[in-house]
Amino acid sequence: MHRVAIVGGGTGGTVLANRLADELRSEIEAGKVEVRLITADPNHVYKPTFLYVPFGKKTVDDAKRPIEELVDRRVTLTIDEVVDVDTDRNRLSLADRTTRLHYDQLVLATGANLEPEAVPGLAEGGHHFYGPDGAERLRDELADFTEGHLVLSVVGVPHMCPAAPVEFPLMVDDWLRERGRREDVEITYTYPINRAHGLESVADWATDLFEERDIAVETFFNVDEVDPDAELIQTVEGDELEYDLLVAIPPHRGSDLVIDAGLGEDGWVDVDRHTLEATEAEDVYAIGDVADVPTSKAGSVAHYEAGAVADRIASRARGETPTATYDGKTVCFLEAGMDEATFIEFTYGEEPYVREPSKPIHWAKLGYNESYWLTARGLL
Amino acid sequence: MTDTDDPDVTIDSKDASCPGPLMALIGKVKTLDAGTVVELQTTARNSTTDVPEWLEEAGHELLEIEERDEYWSIYLEVN
Ligand SMILES: Cc1cc2nc3c(=O)[nH]c(=O)nc-3n(C[C@H](O)[C@H](O)[C@H](O)COP(=O)(O)OP(=O)(O)OC[C@H]3O[C@@H](n4cnc5c(N)ncnc54)[C@H](O)[C@@H]3O)c2cc1C
Repeated sequence: MHRVAIVGGGTGGTVLANRLADELRSEIEAGKVEVRLITADPNHVYKPTFLYVPFGKKTVDDAKRPIEELVDRRVTLTIDEVVDVDTDRNRLSLADRTTRLHYDQLVLATGANLEPEAVPGLAEGGHHFYGPDGAERLRDELADFTEGHLVLSVVGVPHMCPAAPVEFPLMVDDWLRERGRREDVEITYTYPINRAHGLESVADWATDLFEERDIAVETFFNVDEVDPDAELIQTVEGDELEYDLLVAIPPHRGSDLVIDAGLGEDGWVDVDRHTLEATEAEDVYAIGDVADVPTSKAGSVAHYEAGAVADRIASRARGETPTATYDGKTVCFLEAGMDEATFIEFTYGEEPYVREPSKPIHWAKLGYNESYWLTARGLL
Repeated sequence: MTDTDDPDVTIDSKDASCPGPLMALIGKVKTLDAGTVVELQTTARNSTTDVPEWLEEAGHELLEIEERDEYWSIYLEVN
Protein backbone atom coordinates (compact mmCIF):
# COMPACT_ATOMS: atom_id res chain seq x y z
CA MET A 1 0.00 0.00 0.00
CA HIS A 2 1.35 3.42 -1.01
CA ARG A 3 0.42 5.95 1.70
CA VAL A 4 -0.05 9.63 0.96
CA ALA A 5 -0.51 11.86 4.03
CA ILE A 6 -1.68 15.47 3.78
CA VAL A 7 -1.50 17.64 6.90
CA GLY A 8 -3.95 20.57 7.01
CA GLY A 9 -7.50 20.76 5.68
CA GLY A 10 -7.50 24.37 4.49
CA THR A 11 -7.65 25.48 0.87
CA GLY A 12 -4.47 23.69 -0.26
CA GLY A 13 -4.92 20.43 1.64
CA THR A 14 -8.59 20.01 0.75
CA VAL A 15 -8.18 20.72 -2.96
CA LEU A 16 -5.19 18.36 -3.04
CA ALA A 17 -6.98 15.51 -1.23
CA ASN A 18 -9.95 15.75 -3.59
CA ARG A 19 -7.75 15.95 -6.70
CA LEU A 20 -5.86 12.84 -5.59
CA ALA A 21 -9.08 10.98 -4.78
CA ASP A 22 -10.09 11.64 -8.35
CA GLU A 23 -6.76 10.96 -10.07
CA LEU A 24 -6.04 7.82 -8.06
CA ARG A 25 -9.63 6.62 -7.91
CA SER A 26 -8.96 3.10 -9.20
CA GLU A 27 -5.75 2.61 -7.18
CA ILE A 28 -7.56 3.66 -3.98
CA GLU A 29 -10.50 1.38 -4.71
CA ALA A 30 -8.11 -1.50 -5.39
CA GLY A 31 -6.48 -0.92 -1.98
CA LYS A 32 -3.10 -0.03 -3.54
CA VAL A 33 -3.07 3.61 -2.46
CA GLU A 34 -4.34 5.44 0.61
CA VAL A 35 -4.90 9.22 0.64
CA ARG A 36 -5.22 10.48 4.20
CA LEU A 37 -6.05 14.03 5.20
CA ILE A 38 -5.15 14.91 8.78
CA THR A 39 -6.48 18.21 10.02
CA ALA A 40 -6.82 19.74 13.46
CA ASP A 41 -10.05 21.66 12.90
CA PRO A 42 -13.26 19.73 12.11
CA ASN A 43 -14.28 22.80 10.11
CA HIS A 44 -12.79 24.03 6.87
CA VAL A 45 -12.37 27.80 7.09
CA TYR A 46 -12.55 30.07 4.04
CA LYS A 47 -10.60 33.07 5.30
CA PRO A 48 -11.42 35.64 2.56
CA THR A 49 -14.89 35.85 4.16
CA PHE A 50 -13.32 37.68 7.14
CA LEU A 51 -12.76 40.81 5.02
CA TYR A 52 -16.54 41.33 4.86
CA VAL A 53 -17.25 40.65 8.56
CA PRO A 54 -16.19 44.13 9.88
CA PHE A 55 -18.73 45.71 7.51
CA GLY A 56 -21.55 43.40 8.61
CA LYS A 57 -21.76 41.87 5.11
CA LYS A 58 -20.83 38.34 6.24
CA THR A 59 -20.61 36.48 9.52
CA VAL A 60 -17.85 34.30 10.89
CA ASP A 61 -20.18 31.31 10.51
CA ASP A 62 -20.39 32.00 6.77
CA ALA A 63 -16.66 31.18 6.60
CA LYS A 64 -17.01 27.63 7.95
CA ARG A 65 -18.17 24.25 6.66
CA PRO A 66 -17.55 20.83 8.22
CA ILE A 67 -14.51 19.40 6.42
CA GLU A 68 -16.32 16.06 6.27
CA GLU A 69 -18.81 17.56 3.80
CA LEU A 70 -16.04 18.77 1.52
CA VAL A 71 -13.78 15.77 1.07
CA ASP A 72 -14.31 12.89 -1.29
CA ARG A 73 -15.38 9.67 0.46
CA ARG A 74 -12.26 7.95 -0.91
CA VAL A 75 -10.11 10.16 1.32
CA THR A 76 -9.40 8.82 4.81
CA LEU A 77 -10.14 11.75 7.08
CA THR A 78 -8.47 12.09 10.49
CA ILE A 79 -9.42 15.02 12.72
CA ASP A 80 -6.35 15.45 14.88
CA GLU A 81 -3.29 17.61 15.29
CA VAL A 82 0.06 16.47 13.94
CA VAL A 83 2.69 17.26 16.56
CA ASP A 84 5.80 15.72 15.07
CA VAL A 85 7.17 14.93 11.63
CA ASP A 86 10.04 12.46 11.48
CA THR A 87 11.41 12.69 7.97
CA ASP A 88 14.10 10.04 8.60
CA ARG A 89 11.55 7.38 9.45
CA ASN A 90 8.79 8.76 7.21
CA ARG A 91 6.24 9.03 10.00
CA LEU A 92 4.00 11.48 11.82
CA SER A 93 2.86 11.65 15.44
CA LEU A 94 -0.63 12.76 16.41
CA ALA A 95 -1.56 14.83 19.48
CA ASP A 96 -1.79 11.87 21.86
CA ARG A 97 1.85 11.18 20.90
CA THR A 98 1.24 7.44 20.85
CA THR A 99 -0.41 7.28 17.45
CA ARG A 100 2.13 7.24 14.64
CA LEU A 101 1.33 7.19 10.96
CA HIS A 102 3.72 6.04 8.26
CA TYR A 103 3.83 7.84 4.93
CA ASP A 104 5.40 7.24 1.55
CA GLN A 105 4.69 10.79 0.43
CA LEU A 106 3.85 13.67 2.76
CA VAL A 107 2.39 17.09 2.02
CA LEU A 108 2.40 19.88 4.58
CA ALA A 109 -0.44 22.37 4.06
CA THR A 110 -0.67 23.82 7.54
CA GLY A 111 -1.08 27.47 6.52
CA ALA A 112 0.16 30.58 8.33
CA ASN A 113 -0.39 31.64 11.93
CA LEU A 114 -1.04 35.15 13.19
CA GLU A 115 1.36 36.53 15.73
CA PRO A 116 0.29 40.04 16.84
CA GLU A 117 2.33 39.48 20.04
CA ALA A 118 5.53 39.78 17.98
CA VAL A 119 5.17 43.57 18.08
CA PRO A 120 4.96 45.10 21.59
CA GLY A 121 1.55 46.66 22.28
CA LEU A 122 -0.03 45.53 19.01
CA ALA A 123 -2.28 42.83 20.49
CA GLU A 124 -3.65 45.33 23.05
CA GLY A 125 -3.73 48.42 20.84
CA GLY A 126 -4.61 47.08 17.42
CA HIS A 127 -7.47 45.35 15.62
CA HIS A 128 -7.37 43.02 12.65
CA PHE A 129 -9.71 41.15 10.33
CA TYR A 130 -7.41 38.20 9.67
CA GLY A 131 -9.14 35.73 11.99
CA PRO A 132 -12.67 35.11 13.31
CA ASP A 133 -12.33 36.79 16.71
CA GLY A 134 -10.44 39.78 15.35
CA ALA A 135 -12.97 40.32 12.58
CA GLU A 136 -15.89 40.26 15.04
CA ARG A 137 -14.19 42.65 17.47
CA LEU A 138 -13.43 45.01 14.61
CA ARG A 139 -17.06 44.85 13.42
CA ASP A 140 -18.22 46.00 16.89
CA GLU A 141 -15.58 48.72 17.06
CA LEU A 142 -16.29 50.04 13.57
CA ALA A 143 -20.04 50.16 14.20
CA ASP A 144 -19.41 52.65 17.01
CA PHE A 145 -16.60 54.57 15.33
CA THR A 146 -18.01 57.91 14.28
CA GLU A 147 -14.99 60.20 14.24
CA GLY A 148 -11.22 60.23 14.58
CA HIS A 149 -8.16 58.78 12.86
CA LEU A 150 -8.37 55.29 11.42
CA VAL A 151 -5.01 53.80 10.52
CA LEU A 152 -4.61 50.66 8.39
CA SER A 153 -1.05 49.52 8.92
CA VAL A 154 0.73 46.66 7.20
CA VAL A 155 2.85 45.57 10.13
CA GLY A 156 3.93 42.09 9.20
CA VAL A 157 5.51 40.83 6.02
CA PRO A 158 5.09 38.29 4.56
CA HIS A 159 1.34 38.15 5.18
CA MET A 160 -1.68 36.38 3.75
CA CYS A 161 -3.41 37.92 0.74
CA PRO A 162 -1.58 40.69 -1.08
CA ALA A 163 -4.86 42.47 -1.78
CA ALA A 164 -6.56 42.73 1.63
CA PRO A 165 -4.50 45.65 3.04
CA VAL A 166 -5.34 47.81 0.02
CA GLU A 167 -8.95 46.68 -0.08
CA PHE A 168 -9.77 47.52 3.51
CA PRO A 169 -9.15 51.32 3.39
CA LEU A 170 -11.03 51.57 0.08
CA MET A 171 -13.95 49.62 1.53
CA VAL A 172 -14.01 51.52 4.80
CA ASP A 173 -13.91 54.82 2.89
CA ASP A 174 -16.96 53.83 0.87
CA TRP A 175 -18.73 52.35 3.88
CA LEU A 176 -18.24 55.52 5.92
CA ARG A 177 -19.41 57.69 3.00
CA GLU A 178 -22.60 55.62 2.78
CA ARG A 179 -23.19 56.40 6.45
CA GLY A 180 -22.42 60.10 6.11
CA ARG A 181 -19.47 59.79 8.47
CA ARG A 182 -16.53 60.04 6.14
CA GLU A 183 -15.91 63.73 6.81
CA ASP A 184 -15.33 63.08 10.49
CA VAL A 185 -12.88 60.25 9.92
CA GLU A 186 -9.33 60.65 8.73
CA ILE A 187 -7.87 57.51 7.08
CA THR A 188 -4.17 56.68 6.80
CA TYR A 189 -2.63 53.64 5.12
CA THR A 190 0.93 52.62 5.97
CA TYR A 191 3.30 50.25 4.16
CA PRO A 192 6.82 49.05 5.04
CA ILE A 193 8.64 49.86 1.79
CA ASN A 194 9.04 53.02 -0.27
CA ARG A 195 5.76 52.61 -2.17
CA ALA A 196 2.19 51.66 -1.29
CA HIS A 197 2.51 47.96 -2.21
CA GLY A 198 5.09 45.27 -2.94
CA LEU A 199 3.84 44.95 -6.52
CA GLU A 200 4.66 48.12 -8.41
CA SER A 201 1.56 48.07 -10.59
CA VAL A 202 -0.68 47.64 -7.53
CA ALA A 203 1.24 50.38 -5.73
CA ASP A 204 0.65 52.81 -8.64
CA TRP A 205 -3.00 51.87 -8.86
CA ALA A 206 -3.60 52.16 -5.12
CA THR A 207 -1.69 55.44 -4.76
CA ASP A 208 -3.93 57.13 -7.35
CA LEU A 209 -7.10 55.73 -5.79
CA PHE A 210 -6.02 56.66 -2.27
CA GLU A 211 -5.35 60.22 -3.40
CA GLU A 212 -8.74 60.42 -5.12
CA ARG A 213 -10.47 59.21 -1.96
CA ASP A 214 -8.50 61.32 0.47
CA ILE A 215 -6.69 58.42 2.13
CA ALA A 216 -3.25 59.47 3.38
CA VAL A 217 -0.31 57.16 2.65
CA GLU A 218 2.82 56.68 4.78
CA THR A 219 5.57 54.58 3.23
CA PHE A 220 8.84 53.29 4.70
CA PHE A 221 6.71 52.67 7.75
CA ASN A 222 7.83 49.64 9.78
CA VAL A 223 6.01 49.39 13.07
CA ASP A 224 8.38 48.85 15.95
CA GLU A 225 6.02 49.32 18.86
CA VAL A 226 2.44 50.34 19.67
CA ASP A 227 1.58 52.30 22.80
CA PRO A 228 -2.06 51.36 23.49
CA ASP A 229 -2.50 53.98 26.24
CA ALA A 230 -1.16 56.89 24.24
CA GLU A 231 -2.70 55.41 21.00
CA LEU A 232 0.61 55.92 19.27
CA ILE A 233 2.60 53.89 16.76
CA GLN A 234 6.40 54.11 16.71
CA THR A 235 8.39 52.94 13.72
CA VAL A 236 11.80 51.41 13.13
CA GLU A 237 12.54 54.48 10.99
CA GLY A 238 11.95 56.74 14.01
CA ASP A 239 8.50 58.13 13.06
CA GLU A 240 5.38 58.38 15.22
CA LEU A 241 1.73 58.25 14.25
CA GLU A 242 -1.32 58.78 16.47
CA TYR A 243 -4.46 56.75 15.90
CA ASP A 244 -7.96 56.38 17.30
CA LEU A 245 -8.63 53.06 15.61
CA LEU A 246 -5.70 50.93 14.49
CA VAL A 247 -6.38 48.11 12.03
CA ALA A 248 -3.22 46.12 11.47
CA ILE A 249 -2.13 43.34 9.18
CA PRO A 250 -0.40 41.45 12.00
CA PRO A 251 2.90 39.60 11.70
CA HIS A 252 2.56 36.00 10.52
CA ARG A 253 4.60 32.97 11.36
CA GLY A 254 4.89 29.49 9.98
CA SER A 255 4.74 26.44 12.20
CA ASP A 256 6.90 24.98 14.96
CA LEU A 257 6.23 21.61 13.38
CA VAL A 258 8.32 22.76 10.41
CA ILE A 259 11.14 24.12 12.56
CA ASP A 260 11.26 20.98 14.75
CA ALA A 261 11.31 18.75 11.69
CA GLY A 262 14.26 20.73 10.28
CA LEU A 263 12.29 21.64 7.16
CA GLY A 264 12.70 25.42 7.40
CA GLU A 265 14.37 27.70 9.92
CA ASP A 266 11.58 30.19 10.38
CA GLY A 267 8.57 27.90 10.18
CA TRP A 268 8.06 28.12 6.41
CA VAL A 269 9.09 24.97 4.51
CA ASP A 270 12.07 25.48 2.18
CA VAL A 271 10.97 24.04 -1.15
CA ASP A 272 11.94 23.99 -4.77
CA ARG A 273 9.68 26.71 -6.18
CA HIS A 274 8.66 24.63 -9.20
CA THR A 275 8.34 21.08 -7.84
CA LEU A 276 7.32 22.15 -4.29
CA GLU A 277 9.50 19.36 -2.91
CA ALA A 278 11.14 20.13 0.44
CA THR A 279 14.83 20.86 0.05
CA GLU A 280 15.75 19.40 3.44
CA ALA A 281 14.01 15.99 3.25
CA GLU A 282 12.92 13.30 0.84
CA ASP A 283 9.28 12.48 0.05
CA VAL A 284 8.00 15.75 1.54
CA TYR A 285 6.12 18.53 -0.28
CA ALA A 286 4.66 21.79 0.99
CA ILE A 287 1.84 23.80 -0.54
CA GLY A 288 -0.10 26.92 0.38
CA ASP A 289 0.97 29.52 2.89
CA VAL A 290 3.45 27.26 4.69
CA ALA A 291 5.57 26.81 1.54
CA ASP A 292 8.35 29.36 1.16
CA VAL A 293 7.98 30.35 -2.49
CA PRO A 294 8.53 33.81 -3.93
CA THR A 295 4.91 34.72 -4.51
CA SER A 296 1.93 35.77 -2.38
CA LYS A 297 0.38 33.77 0.42
CA ALA A 298 -2.95 33.46 -1.37
CA GLY A 299 -5.68 30.86 -1.74
CA SER A 300 -5.20 30.84 -5.51
CA VAL A 301 -1.55 29.93 -5.01
CA ALA A 302 -2.51 27.06 -2.68
CA HIS A 303 -5.04 25.92 -5.29
CA TYR A 304 -2.65 25.92 -8.28
CA GLU A 305 0.13 24.36 -6.21
CA ALA A 306 -2.28 21.61 -5.13
CA GLY A 307 -2.94 20.85 -8.82
CA ALA A 308 0.77 20.45 -9.62
CA VAL A 309 1.52 18.41 -6.49
CA ALA A 310 -1.50 16.14 -7.08
CA ASP A 311 -0.04 15.26 -10.49
CA ARG A 312 3.44 14.68 -9.08
CA ILE A 313 2.16 12.49 -6.24
CA ALA A 314 -0.15 10.49 -8.49
CA SER A 315 2.75 9.85 -10.91
CA ARG A 316 4.98 8.61 -8.12
CA ALA A 317 2.23 6.45 -6.61
CA ARG A 318 1.99 4.77 -10.01
CA GLY A 319 5.76 4.34 -10.23
CA GLU A 320 6.12 6.99 -12.97
CA THR A 321 8.49 9.97 -13.03
CA PRO A 322 6.63 13.16 -12.06
CA THR A 323 6.79 16.02 -14.55
CA ALA A 324 4.13 18.55 -13.45
CA THR A 325 5.42 21.84 -12.06
CA TYR A 326 4.03 25.07 -10.60
CA ASP A 327 4.93 28.27 -12.46
CA GLY A 328 4.05 30.77 -9.73
CA LYS A 329 0.54 31.45 -11.02
CA THR A 330 -1.30 33.80 -8.68
CA VAL A 331 -4.72 35.38 -9.13
CA CYS A 332 -6.09 38.00 -6.75
CA PHE A 333 -9.27 39.98 -6.78
CA LEU A 334 -9.05 43.53 -5.41
CA GLU A 335 -12.12 45.29 -4.04
CA ALA A 336 -11.93 48.99 -4.91
CA GLY A 337 -14.85 49.95 -2.66
CA MET A 338 -18.13 48.32 -1.66
CA ASP A 339 -19.37 47.69 -5.21
CA GLU A 340 -16.39 47.74 -7.57
CA ALA A 341 -13.41 45.45 -7.96
CA THR A 342 -10.55 44.50 -10.24
CA PHE A 343 -8.16 41.54 -10.39
CA ILE A 344 -4.54 40.71 -11.11
CA GLU A 345 -2.92 37.60 -12.48
CA PHE A 346 0.79 36.81 -12.68
CA THR A 347 3.45 34.10 -12.59
CA TYR A 348 6.97 34.07 -11.09
CA GLY A 349 8.90 37.18 -12.04
CA GLU A 350 5.99 38.74 -13.91
CA GLU A 351 4.56 42.18 -13.10
CA PRO A 352 0.74 42.09 -13.15
CA TYR A 353 -1.44 44.52 -15.00
CA VAL A 354 -4.25 46.15 -13.00
CA ARG A 355 -7.49 46.57 -14.94
CA GLU A 356 -9.98 49.39 -14.44
CA PRO A 357 -12.26 48.40 -11.50
CA SER A 358 -15.85 47.55 -12.41
CA LYS A 359 -19.09 46.32 -10.88
CA PRO A 360 -19.08 43.03 -12.84
CA ILE A 361 -15.68 42.13 -11.36
CA HIS A 362 -17.01 42.90 -7.88
CA TRP A 363 -19.91 40.54 -8.54
CA ALA A 364 -17.45 37.98 -9.89
CA LYS A 365 -15.53 38.16 -6.61
CA LEU A 366 -18.69 37.66 -4.57
CA GLY A 367 -19.70 34.86 -6.94
CA TYR A 368 -16.31 33.23 -6.53
CA ASN A 369 -16.68 33.42 -2.76
CA GLU A 370 -19.94 31.46 -3.05
CA SER A 371 -18.63 28.93 -5.56
CA TYR A 372 -15.50 28.49 -3.44
CA TRP A 373 -17.11 25.47 -1.79
CA LEU A 374 -17.10 23.75 -5.18
CA THR A 375 -13.44 24.69 -5.61
CA ALA A 376 -12.57 23.08 -2.28
CA ARG A 377 -14.41 19.94 -3.37
CA GLY A 378 -12.13 19.84 -6.39
CA LEU A 379 -15.01 20.46 -8.81
CA LEU A 380 -13.84 23.86 -10.09
CA MET B 1 38.01 36.78 4.08
CA THR B 2 35.48 39.60 4.08
CA ASP B 3 32.06 39.38 5.69
CA THR B 4 30.38 39.13 2.32
CA ASP B 5 32.18 35.89 1.42
CA ASP B 6 30.39 34.13 4.20
CA PRO B 7 27.04 35.73 5.07
CA ASP B 8 25.25 34.52 8.21
CA VAL B 9 21.89 34.45 6.45
CA THR B 10 21.03 34.07 2.78
CA ILE B 11 17.60 35.03 1.51
CA ASP B 12 16.78 33.53 -1.87
CA SER B 13 14.25 35.91 -3.40
CA LYS B 14 15.08 35.10 -7.01
CA ASP B 15 11.99 35.29 -9.23
CA ALA B 16 10.04 37.04 -6.49
CA SER B 17 7.33 39.34 -7.64
CA CYS B 18 5.13 39.84 -4.59
CA PRO B 19 5.50 40.85 -1.85
CA GLY B 20 8.93 41.35 -3.33
CA PRO B 21 12.50 40.80 -2.26
CA LEU B 22 12.52 43.92 -0.10
CA MET B 23 9.49 42.66 1.80
CA ALA B 24 11.19 39.32 2.34
CA LEU B 25 14.25 41.17 3.58
CA ILE B 26 12.30 43.38 5.99
CA GLY B 27 10.43 40.38 7.41
CA LYS B 28 13.73 38.60 8.04
CA VAL B 29 15.82 41.51 9.28
CA LYS B 30 13.33 42.17 12.08
CA THR B 31 14.16 38.76 13.53
CA LEU B 32 17.97 39.13 13.38
CA ASP B 33 20.50 40.42 15.89
CA ALA B 34 22.74 43.40 15.26
CA GLY B 35 25.92 42.44 13.44
CA THR B 36 24.29 39.71 11.34
CA VAL B 37 25.48 39.74 7.72
CA VAL B 38 22.72 39.00 5.21
CA GLU B 39 22.88 38.18 1.52
CA LEU B 40 19.70 38.95 -0.40
CA GLN B 41 19.55 37.22 -3.78
CA THR B 42 17.21 38.93 -6.21
CA THR B 43 16.42 38.97 -9.91
CA ALA B 44 14.41 42.20 -9.67
CA ARG B 45 16.50 45.12 -10.92
CA ASN B 46 14.59 47.64 -8.79
CA SER B 47 15.82 45.82 -5.65
CA THR B 48 19.23 47.35 -6.32
CA THR B 49 17.76 50.78 -5.65
CA ASP B 50 14.84 49.92 -3.30
CA VAL B 51 16.96 47.92 -0.89
CA PRO B 52 19.73 50.51 -0.36
CA GLU B 53 17.06 53.17 0.12
CA TRP B 54 15.30 51.14 2.78
CA LEU B 55 18.57 50.25 4.52
CA GLU B 56 19.37 53.92 4.78
CA GLU B 57 15.90 54.75 6.19
CA ALA B 58 15.98 51.88 8.66
CA GLY B 59 19.62 52.44 9.67
CA HIS B 60 21.19 49.18 8.45
CA GLU B 61 24.44 49.07 6.56
CA LEU B 62 24.79 48.26 2.87
CA LEU B 63 28.01 46.31 2.38
CA GLU B 64 28.10 45.42 -1.30
CA ILE B 65 25.97 44.74 -4.36
CA GLU B 66 27.35 42.07 -6.62
CA GLU B 67 25.97 41.44 -10.09
CA ARG B 68 26.07 37.76 -10.96
CA ASP B 69 25.10 35.96 -14.17
CA GLU B 70 21.43 35.63 -13.41
CA TYR B 71 20.79 37.63 -10.24
CA TRP B 72 22.13 40.25 -7.86
CA SER B 73 23.53 39.57 -4.39
CA ILE B 74 22.94 42.46 -2.03
CA TYR B 75 24.99 42.20 1.16
CA LEU B 76 24.11 44.12 4.30
CA GLU B 77 24.77 44.20 7.99
CA VAL B 78 21.94 44.49 10.50
CA ASN B 79 22.33 47.34 13.00
C1 LIG C 1 -8.85 38.35 5.48
C2 LIG C 1 -8.24 37.47 4.46
C3 LIG C 1 -8.60 37.63 3.13
C4 LIG C 1 -8.06 36.83 2.16
N1 LIG C 1 -8.46 37.02 0.86
C5 LIG C 1 -7.95 36.25 -0.10
C6 LIG C 1 -8.36 36.41 -1.45
O1 LIG C 1 -9.21 37.26 -1.76
N2 LIG C 1 -7.81 35.62 -2.38
C7 LIG C 1 -6.88 34.68 -2.08
O2 LIG C 1 -6.41 33.98 -2.99
N3 LIG C 1 -6.47 34.47 -0.81
C8 LIG C 1 -6.98 35.24 0.19
N4 LIG C 1 -6.57 35.05 1.49
C9 LIG C 1 -5.48 34.09 1.79
C10 LIG C 1 -5.97 32.65 1.87
O3 LIG C 1 -7.03 32.53 2.77
C11 LIG C 1 -4.82 31.74 2.30
O4 LIG C 1 -3.70 32.01 1.49
C12 LIG C 1 -5.21 30.25 2.16
O5 LIG C 1 -6.19 29.93 3.10
C13 LIG C 1 -4.00 29.36 2.33
O6 LIG C 1 -4.39 28.02 2.31
P1 LIG C 1 -3.58 26.90 3.09
O7 LIG C 1 -4.20 25.62 2.68
O8 LIG C 1 -2.15 27.10 2.92
O9 LIG C 1 -3.85 27.19 4.62
P2 LIG C 1 -5.20 27.35 5.46
O10 LIG C 1 -6.36 27.55 4.56
O11 LIG C 1 -4.92 28.37 6.48
O12 LIG C 1 -5.37 25.94 6.19
C14 LIG C 1 -4.44 25.40 7.09
C15 LIG C 1 -5.07 24.19 7.77
O13 LIG C 1 -4.09 23.45 8.46
C16 LIG C 1 -4.61 23.02 9.71
N5 LIG C 1 -3.46 22.77 10.58
C17 LIG C 1 -2.50 23.65 10.95
N6 LIG C 1 -1.57 23.03 11.72
C18 LIG C 1 -1.94 21.73 11.83
C19 LIG C 1 -1.38 20.59 12.50
N7 LIG C 1 -0.25 20.66 13.20
N8 LIG C 1 -2.04 19.40 12.43
C20 LIG C 1 -3.19 19.30 11.71
N9 LIG C 1 -3.76 20.35 11.06
C21 LIG C 1 -3.14 21.55 11.11
C22 LIG C 1 -5.50 24.18 10.13
O14 LIG C 1 -6.44 23.79 11.09
C23 LIG C 1 -6.14 24.55 8.79
O15 LIG C 1 -7.27 23.74 8.54
C24 LIG C 1 -7.12 35.83 2.50
C25 LIG C 1 -6.76 35.65 3.85
C26 LIG C 1 -7.31 36.46 4.81
C27 LIG C 1 -6.92 36.25 6.24
